[in-house]
Amino acid sequence: MPPKVIPIFAPQAAQTSGCGAKGGSGKSSCGSSAAPGDMSPEVWAKVKDHPCYSEQAHHHFARMHIAVAPACNIQCNYCNRKYDCANESRPGVVSEKLTPEMAAKKVLAVAAEIPQLSVVGIAGPGDALANPQKTFHTFNLIQQAAPDIKLCLSTNGLALPDHVQAIADLNVDHVTITINMLDPEVGELIYPWIFYNHKRWTGRDAAKILTERQMLGLEMLTAKGILVKVNSVMIPGVNDRHLAEVNKAVKSRGAFLHNIMPLISDPAHGTHYGLTGQRGPAPQELKALQDSCEGGMNLMRHCRQCRADAVGLLGEDRGAEFTSDKIAAMDIAYDPKPRQAYRSYVERERRDQEAARASELAAMAGQAGGDKVLVAVTTKGGSRINEHFGHASEFQIYELSGAGAKFVGHRKVEHYCQGGWGEEEILEDVTAAIKDCAAVFVSRIGLCPRKDLAAAGIEAVDAYAHEYIESSLIAWFRQRLEKDQPVAATAA
Amino acid sequence: MPYKIVSEECTNCAACETECPNDAINEKKSMFRIDGALCSECIGYFDEPQCIAVCPIPDCIVIDEKLPRYAA
Repeated sequence: MPPKVIPIFAPQAAQTSGCGAKGGSGKSSCGSSAAPGDMSPEVWAKVKDHPCYSEQAHHHFARMHIAVAPACNIQCNYCNRKYDCANESRPGVVSEKLTPEMAAKKVLAVAAEIPQLSVVGIAGPGDALANPQKTFHTFNLIQQAAPDIKLCLSTNGLALPDHVQAIADLNVDHVTITINMLDPEVGELIYPWIFYNHKRWTGRDAAKILTERQMLGLEMLTAKGILVKVNSVMIPGVNDRHLAEVNKAVKSRGAFLHNIMPLISDPAHGTHYGLTGQRGPAPQELKALQDSCEGGMNLMRHCRQCRADAVGLLGEDRGAEFTSDKIAAMDIAYDPKPRQAYRSYVERERRDQEAARASELAAMAGQAGGDKVLVAVTTKGGSRINEHFGHASEFQIYELSGAGAKFVGHRKVEHYCQGGWGEEEILEDVTAAIKDCAAVFVSRIGLCPRKDLAAAGIEAVDAYAHEYIESSLIAWFRQRLEKDQPVAATAA
Repeated sequence: MPYKIVSEECTNCAACETECPNDAINEKKSMFRIDGALCSECIGYFDEPQCIAVCPIPDCIVIDEKLPRYAA
């Protein structure tokens, strides 16, 4: 099979010294976004292909979760293990469980079809380490079957200290621990019980044990040089004020990345929080908390809170193409060449993109700073503005300032274009989702939605179709500064 | 030998299977069941029945009224 590469054109760009050549923007984006400028070469080597650990990588690389770990050892108030609907996208949900053997075959099948695949993770649907035999047996099989694919796991941390050695022995470089609290008084509002040492613990006792095990596990992992991402669910009124403290605690223990995620709470999911009307945070509340935690530690802002059996780039789920019956009928051989070709292609793209970004930043240097501006971008990957407005199912949000373009989050929407026709109601929702943005960057957009967006104060920009996101945004921002400040420019 | 799994409630997560000290819980045709001849209610092993303590679904594992209580 010939190497599969996303068919997007690669414009001519000057060669540079490499990804490390950063402009004078300081620490950009979620920290996880940047090229080696703000991390050691060893760490960059570990995260550059991992879509969850690097904002930069998530434009290029795909992950898959294999649902081999159904059992869990704790109960969280935001989780309900009873329903698994194929149309639902949230952690803890899967459509079918897999045996380790089926999982290994699924990995080969997905790898053969999606050359962007770089990471296989076990994230449940229960807890990876509450099912240690299944989890480690699966990792062993995958390592034998597809040695170029990275392994990753996610856990609540309760059983973690017992398995750190096994994790290190399997060369698992990335472990995610979900830590929602340090204070047992907060914990008892989140965890009704844990199962530990052959006993069900409730209330503050349960929360205290969980915290101790999480902190111990975190310290043991970082002592071994394993990169740890900490996930925290932001629950307004429960732990939202407490998460800054959690941030400090995990930072001081060497966590690499902190991912503060919004609570997903819907009565239809049947979770305790859903049924009792506990609300999730508004995007602005989430961003304010993330902003307050930034500084000295990388903050993840590109998480899509995917299912425990998700397949594809973040934000897309191709799981339905790889169901057990479809995989059973496939005859698949291991072939790393398409992935190697794709990775070299991404390396070249990254150099070009960094060069373009650095040159746009240099052109802006010396301009009066101007206010920060939010803009929305539609993309289907590759760090390019390459999605039609009507086909976008999410917008990536960037904050523009004199320091450059910083990725600050994403907003999910329904496709505006349904079967060739735009739907007015959906357009209203889309407009509301990006109402705080000055512009939306698209590869194409129809006349009607362009007018409606303009009426809402949002400029639709298609002048940068198929070009790199960051350099285009900086170029646009620079032109806007020049337009807005003719007086200041003359005075200077 | 008194516990049974209410199969309509069970999510097949298998958490109970690994915790049972008697290996009394097995999956057959995607259904988990407790072998009444092997279940000891965890008496002599633990303070509480492990399957119930770890099960995420309330009232999924219950006393099987048809069987006599286990006597240690």
